[in-house]
Amino acid sequence: MNNNKDRIKLAHGSGGGMMADLIQDVILRYLDAPELANLDDAAELVIPHNRIAFSTDTFVVKPIFFPGGDIGSLAVSGTVNDILMKGARPLFLSLGLVLEEGFLIHDLRTILQSIKQACDYAGVKVVTGDTKVVGKGDLDGICINTSGIGSILPGVDVSGSYAKTGDSVIVSGDIGAHGIAVMVKRNGLHLKGDIKSDAKPLTGEVLPLLERYADSIHVLRDPTRGGVAATLNEIADSSGVRIYLDESAIPVNDWVKSVCELLGFDPLYLPCEGRFLVFVDSSASVEVMSFMRDTCGCHDVSVIGTVEGESSGEVLLRTISGGVRILDMPVGELLPRIC
Amino acid sequence: MNELRQIRENSLLQGLSRQLQSVRLSEPVTLMEVCGTHTMAIHRAGLPTLLPPNLRLLSGPGCPVCVTPVSYLDTACAIARQYDVTLTTFGDMMRVPGTDGTLADLRSEGYPVDTVYSPFHSVTLAQQKPESQVVFLAVGFETTAPVVAASVKYAYDIGINNFSILSAHKLVIPALKILIDDNRIFVDGFLLPGHVSVILGSEPYRFIAEKNAKACVITGFETADIIQGILLLIDQVQKRDFIVAIQYRRVVKPEGNTKARAVIDEVFESADTEWRGFGVIPESGLMLRDEFGAFDASERFPVHMEMHNEPVGCRCGDVLRGYIEPPECPLFARGCSPEHPVGPCMVSTEGTCAAYYRFSRLQGDI
Ligand code: SF4
Repeated sequence: MNNNKDRIKLAHGSGGGMMADLIQDVILRYLDAPELANLDDAAELVIPHNRIAFSTDTFVVKPIFFPGGDIGSLAVSGTVNDILMKGARPLFLSLGLVLEEGFLIHDLRTILQSIKQACDYAGVKVVTGDTKVVGKGDLDGICINTSGIGSILPGVDVSGSYAKTGDSVIVSGDIGAHGIAVMVKRNGLHLKGDIKSDAKPLTGEVLPLLERYADSIHVLRDPTRGGVAATLNEIADSSGVRIYLDESAIPVNDWVKSVCELLGFDPLYLPCEGRFLVFVDSSASVEVMSFMRDTCGCHDVSVIGTVEGESSGEVLLRTISGGVRILDMPVGELLPRIC
Repeated sequence: MNELRQIRENSLLQGLSRQLQSVRLSEPVTLMEVCGTHTMAIHRAGLPTLLPPNLRLLSGPGCPVCVTPVSYLDTACAIARQYDVTLTTFGDMMRVPGTDGTLADLRSEGYPVDTVYSPFHSVTLAQQKPESQVVFLAVGFETTAPVVAASVKYAYDIGINNFSILSAHKLVIPALKILIDDNRIFVDGFLLPGHVSVILGSEPYRFIAEKNAKACVITGFETADIIQGILLLIDQVQKRDFIVAIQYRRVVKPEGNTKARAVIDEVFESADTEWRGFGVIPESGLMLRDEFGAFDASERFPVHMEMHNEPVGCRCGDVLRGYIEPPECPLFARGCSPEHPVGPCMVSTEGTCAAYYRFSRLQGDI
């Protein structure tokens, strides 16, 4: 199975010798956690502390390879980041692969390689997994599910419903790059400039922050589907507060801006896969921001808004002209699935 | 730096915005933006919260989907039900309610309704399906009329006989005349539509400034364009010096686009037509000239209908005439929203009710 043209066959999912070969020669080549090696039906785990974060997500991105990542790196960072957003250190992942008959084994290797890289980067291990093969046409190439377990850091208590009046809203970097990278690749647009998804596990950014500022942080969320606009609306709604955003403070990369202008998108609605929003006590915001910039590597970190009072839960945007308007949930399906 | 970049400069925008906020008006001034794209842009930028006291912005009838009457939509649906045709339409029309539902409902019942980005796509579809009849729902102002005219001409030239259009094309100037003569509202000046003026130029508006003493500024669609347009209008009103000014110089020429007007003229002639909220306005629509009569879907597929019912309780007509602002409609945000629109002004991406709902429904509370 080392030929570049080898493809997945239905027999690879049948439980027989071919399946064993696929697992040994392809999959385990990249995934080498001791918990996985003996291929028991379930993994035995030792978990520090007793507050556990547990999350799952399924990935069907199209195209599966995009500038700055692929479905494999996305599947790891997606679940790792969800665990981090609960204030937990991600520890273990499960990996479910569903492959379409005819899928190139070479592509599978590339995806597994980026899964391995992302896991190493995030400090997590794949400890259990499953592979299924479906008939040609029953799936568009590949679908990946990852579930993950993390251990919640002592003293940390964050939730989307904990936003409080007076909180500052911080974004860890420029927004919208993942959405645009995928759109550009999908539409075959040839644009100049370094267009790259922001997708990455946020372990290195989030853990030091939590360790240092557990007391001041109320909400942690990554703005994936529906972007910053949808995520903030959800937080405003579940916390029962009104959030004011300042458009001129929102970091947007120049090429994201230009593509948005070209295609008529609003960066606030584009998904990010390597950015997060933090709600902190306003008294700590300046310090938290410099810590994020200097220690966590969040170069474009910015305070983009404030929580002002309890309400039925809405987000208002102070536009660049100084006018104020509602920033709504996205209406309808703005973008096809890209995460 | 090109002109578009310049107008998007934050510093320019912020300077203009401060200028707008510092305007002091001794008398109330009412301005109307005629175009739905302006309405959207104004609300998206949050401009209603920056207007100085005594300045009121009213939205006018410039959303093509909104002014299209129920009778038109009913005719389109009846054609689809009674004849074996494929309807093609711009996406905005899909969810506009007619007497018996929307085009989207029609499609879910199994009737072929396709959305297209250009009437030329409909012609192509007709070429690909020579056995079926393709009808394009031609809705819009002077902006879309040239391309519709060109598509009809093209179909005529290459001899396509399974393509036709159902024209609800409207002309802006006759509607402006009605607004000026309406004594229920008084407008001091008009923020005139940039796109339509690309075709028309500034000449056709002259009577508004010269005979009717109203301020007129042809304005672009960036936030800075719009604030500049408003400031120019206020200046004319304060000095009582009324002209048709062009703020949108980077795109609009005083003489307009003569070629585009020529192709409209070649294919269409003006005719009385019905507008939602206004009734029939003389000479305010476009119908195909006799030479192109074979492309007229209303001739090719005659239908008879008894009644056209406006959505119950919807006050789009009053919104389009500037009589009320959307929040004054009892259904606004109480039963009528973009997810569940009752009238076309909430459906269209250029509709006034949609603009208020999406961006400004908390006004007075922010
Ligand atoms: S709010 Fe809805 S019902 Fe009221 S005028 Fe607007 S579209 Fe019609």
